[in-house]
Amino acid sequence: MSDPTATAAAAPPPFTDELQRFRAHLRAFIARELAPHAAEWERARSFPNQVFATLAAEGYLGLKYPAELGGGAVSGEGFRVGGVLADAVLSEELARCGSGGLAAGIGAHIGIATPPIWIFGTPEQQRRYLPAAIRGERIGALAITEPGAGSDVAGIRTRARRVNGGFVVNGSKLFITNGVRADFLVTAVTTGEGAGGHHGLSFLIIDRGPGVHSSPIEKLGWHASDTALIAFEDVFAPEENLLGQENEGFYLIMGNFQWERLLMALGAVGAMTWALERTLPVARELGRRRGGDAQALRHRVAEIAVGLQAARDLTYHALRLHAEGRDALREVTMAKLATQRRCHDVLDACLQIHYDAAGAASEAQVADLERGVRDARLGPIGGGTDEIMREILGRSLGL
Amino acid sequence: MATAEPVLKPDFQSKRKHFIFTDEHEQLRESIRAFATKELAPHAEEWEETTFPDSVFTRMGELGFLGLDKPEAYGGQGGDYYTSLVLAEEIVHAQSGGLAMGVAVHTDMAMPPILAFGTEAQKQQWVVPAIKGEKILCLGITEPDAGSDVAGIKTRAVRDGDEYVINGSKTYITNGHRADVIVLVTKTDPDAGYDGFSLFLVPMDLPGVIREKKLQKLGMHSSDTALLAFQDVRVPADAVLGQVGKGFYHIMWELQGERLIGAAGCVAGAQAVFTRTLQYAQDRTAFGRKIGNFQVIRHKFAEMATKIEAARQLVYMTAWRFQNGEYPVREISMAKLYAARIAVEVADECIQIHGGAGYMKEYGIERVWRDMRLNRIGAGTDEVMLDVIGRSYGL
Repeated sequence: MSDPTATAAAAPPPFTDELQRFRAHLRAFIARELAPHAAEWERARSFPNQVFATLAAEGYLGLKYPAELGGGAVSGEGFRVGGVLADAVLSEELARCGSGGLAAGIGAHIGIATPPIWIFGTPEQQRRYLPAAIRGERIGALAITEPGAGSDVAGIRTRARRVNGGFVVNGSKLFITNGVRADFLVTAVTTGEGAGGHHGLSFLIIDRGPGVHSSPIEKLGWHASDTALIAFEDVFAPEENLLGQENEGFYLIMGNFQWERLLMALGAVGAMTWALERTLPVARELGRRRGGDAQALRHRVAEIAVGLQAARDLTYHALRLHAEGRDALREVTMAKLATQRRCHDVLDACLQIHYDAAGAASEAQVADLERGVRDARLGPIGGGTDEIMREILGRSLGL
Repeated sequence: MATAEPVLKPDFQSKRKHFIFTDEHEQLRESIRAFATKELAPHAEEWEETTFPDSVFTRMGELGFLGLDKPEAYGGQGGDYYTSLVLAEEIVHAQSGGLAMGVAVHTDMAMPPILAFGTEAQKQQWVVPAIKGEKILCLGITEPDAGSDVAGIKTRAVRDGDEYVINGSKTYITNGHRADVIVLVTKTDPDAGYDGFSLFLVPMDLPGVIREKKLQKLGMHSSDTALLAFQDVRVPADAVLGQVGKGFYHIMWELQGERLIGAAGCVAGAQAVFTRTLQYAQDRTAFGRKIGNFQVIRHKFAEMATKIEAARQLVYMTAWRFQNGEYPVREISMAKLYAARIAVEVADECIQIHGGAGYMKEYGIERVWRDMRLNRIGAGTDEVMLDVIGRSYGL
């Protein structure tokens, strides 16, 4: 395992030596099972559902869930790890599959769709959804954003009308990762009096069935991700699929955002680490070509490395607090803000070095980075835009 | 260990103690802060004109602040490396960048090489009184013709029987006028390249040591900064510090500690000016509302807070490695570069938020900006840091 920003052997907290061995193991798994398919799945505009089963077979879809639901620790040479930190390692390492869309599809399932069921679900809901999700048999998506409500979740209009035995849902959801393939959609709906507002939101687990229409959306990047526009047309959801308390859905959104944003920060750290590693040999070759006149290049690489290190240390700090069960709203928000734009810029700088050193890397390697830059552009938007992060931080300071 | 994350109510007032610090560090933090706030800050304005008095050293010596991480055998407190980090952070409450620098040159730049490379006699002679604040130390590297290019220094020390004769000049020397002794970088063998340097402990009252002038600066006005000349200064052979011929390596080692402490000071300085400016933004009204409630101003604070926190984590994690016995030159250079830059950026943004008031001396914000600007130059420029980092990747 060669981590270009680590000159030291000691594992940076919160990670332990055991977790670092798990990281090395995962890295090899991802290089073997996922990375070779990145280009193919990019062209196909999707990755096969089989990927979920492959990850499930290793136990990677249930790392932070309890054994009785089919999750729990995984073992390998020199490690037995589970829980939030193992999940964090997975999120960081998944970036090395070289496909933001693939990482997003997996991340949407384990990082944002299933956690609300685990945190807010009844034991019955957990038993009904999580074991199958952890086995990779049923795939989940989280459906919050709508054509008229992105950053402003108070603008949600998808309506759940109470009927005998449950709800009837009408409305549409946009930019839903795994939205075409998902078997169940953890969906934000309005249930309160009047439309929208923080206290009229609820969450329903909607099973794919009559009235759920999904269509894929073309994007700038994340091509391997199935991203959908979903329309709900008189879709019935039974009472027992109400997740958390009625009209208290805003609380669920806010609770979930912390982990999602932390995962995005970790993913950016992973992507930058991956990009720098790949760029170093190319930069050295470029330096050799330029003879003694490579100071600008040297500084460029140094800038990349500094940006990465600062992003990593801030992200791990937020992760430590979060994993200790402490409120880390401000730190997580900072980590999200500090990593996403930087990840795009770092990958773009790495790509530039690849272009400068034409021929030093293979066409496939260049294509990997081009895909990386496209994929990274979503970072400052998804999971709350940079502008929203600044709002949250500014307000947390009392402004 | 699967845990369901509860939805926690944010508590922005809660102390988020970093894992490297213990309760003892926090107590030390409190006491240094109280000292700096009560005994130093009230004089900050005046000391901008006069430079801070030597009595600051004796008072800090009395309080035990000059030897926090130094061995008890020499009168130090025997604390870990983090204690010196705490000092670097809390001394910013003196609101005097020059004072912080003067103290840091004494405790974290000149003293460590004596402890690391000095003989027992040298430690007794200089470190023991320095920790008491009775003797003041300085460090002489830079010369009129050699700044970033340390290997280009020309000050010569020539062996003459049992003595060395030193000739040359040093500039930008912090504490240069008040110091009792200088850790002096000289060339002892001009033909030996990097192996031709040696360090000397030169008492500043020897004949031929000339304190030429007090240098005028952009900032750090409370610091005494000297141009020094050495004319046929004779020192005994036992004034050599460390090994003859190893001076360059000794000083490169010293610079690592200096850079990390400097980075910690930058983070704390940025945090302090941020906090003052946040208060200002909550008090000052324009166009009928608090200026902090304008979205653009709010976002400026969000960006600044994020930069400061990133720099702080970079410094703390590097200190953690350092304390663990690693020698993380790359990470130290990163921390120094990043912290110095953000400190200057934050100070500049704080002037902007203050508007005209930020430009006026009375508010003290412009002083922070002037003081902070040095950090991108001193102890290795931004460009030298980038070179060190880039070379560490084989470029």
